[in-house]
Amino acid sequence: MSDFIIETHQLTKSFKGQPALRGLDLRVPAGSIFGFLGRNGAGKTTTIKTLMGLLQPDGGTAMVFGMPATHEASSIKIRQRIGFVTEDKELYPYMTVEQIIRFTRAFYPKWRVDLERRYLQLFELPLKRKIPDLSKGMRSKLMLLLAISRGAELLILDEPTDGLDPAAIEDVLRELVRSAASGDTTIFFSSHQLHEVEGIADHIGIIDRGKMIVTGALDDLKAQYQRIQVVLGDWVSPPEHWVDGVEHIRQEGRVTSILASRNVDAIVQQAQSLPGATVERFPVTLKEIFLEHVRSN
Amino acid sequence: MLFRVNQSSGIPLYLQLMEQVKHAVETGALRAGDQLPTIRKVAVDLVVNPNTVVRAYRELEHEGVIEVKHGSGAFIRETAVGRASVMRKAQAVVQSAIERLSSLDLSDEEIRRVFENELAQARTEKQLGKAKT
Repeated sequence: MSDFIIETHQLTKSFKGQPALRGLDLRVPAGSIFGFLGRNGAGKTTTIKTLMGLLQPDGGTAMVFGMPATHEASSIKIRQRIGFVTEDKELYPYMTVEQIIRFTRAFYPKWRVDLERRYLQLFELPLKRKIPDLSKGMRSKLMLLLAISRGAELLILDEPTDGLDPAAIEDVLRELVRSAASGDTTIFFSSHQLHEVEGIADHIGIIDRGKMIVTGALDDLKAQYQRIQVVLGDWVSPPEHWVDGVEHIRQEGRVTSILASRNVDAIVQQAQSLPGATVERFPVTLKEIFLEHVRSN
Repeated sequence: MLFRVNQSSGIPLYLQLMEQVKHAVETGALRAGDQLPTIRKVAVDLVVNPNTVVRAYRELEHEGVIEVKHGSGAFIRETAVGRASVMRKAQAVVQSAIERLSSLDLSDEEIRRVFENELAQARTEKQLGKAKT
């Protein structure tokens, strides 16, 4: 088996002729917290449903734990080893919180009663209440409890903090960190809350229009990307050709602001060679990297 | 040891953690033999990825600031504290520079900018020098 818990190759899927995935390559390293980012409609949920065997792709491969997610038999084996929170957060409407926990527990031999108790208390879930009577936030928390307590090796979470208030988001993120810190759990979660992802993810992938446009270790990406700000002397215009690695240039009066994805030193040198130039470099946030790529794509 | 991180600064979190440990050693908040909190505790308290903390500790170990003993945790090394006395000398130099700059009526922000610019300039020149040889 490879070092990747999830690995897709050139995955494609269309709905009624509308392409949702156009050759998606996704690699999630074992033991990572992987933030899967993209705008609404970029293909996040289609990817997740494919990984869980709920959708058949038109082409390409999708492997989870080294097994094809696209085959019925191996997909069942995969699902026994993962915990998931899906976008629709569908749960049996006639059950109470207590009933659905007991019902789910029966399917998973590695069920962690200690975690179940912990989350019941932490998330303050009302045991006797029926699922349709729960708020959106409570339903999210319940799904997370069911996902984490089954002792899964991989958590696949589609927008896990959707509908939660800021205090609950902090609780949920902290618990994700706790389960990642406890050892062998890999967490794959989608979000469009960039600051959440920036904190807890060590790897990210940005999907746009069905393709992975940036992916890698977050620290490496942040080391590669920098913003370079150049103030030019009067009567000096910026060069027509910059060194390779310039992603985007914005001009505001005398200030040229450059987003560089590589070759930062060479770009700084080029800027400094301009007459009267003052050059500064700044770190870049995940938000800047994200916006830059989804806007220019 | 109380860590804090700024998620929106753009500076990688492991670098922020490393800086804070080094700073704590320089100010004497951490002394030789003091134990750092466990990776798990730091990760859960700050809600950051455990691998971020692992990386910070590993790099600090590589730089000789801490020693990681398997099973018992991470400790500040004697040599790191030696480095701290050099840093205190540096502090004195910077302090007098700041006093002189303030007397020129420069604001804190301006002083910080001048300093960072010169530092960036020196770094680029050093790299250029390296590239030539």
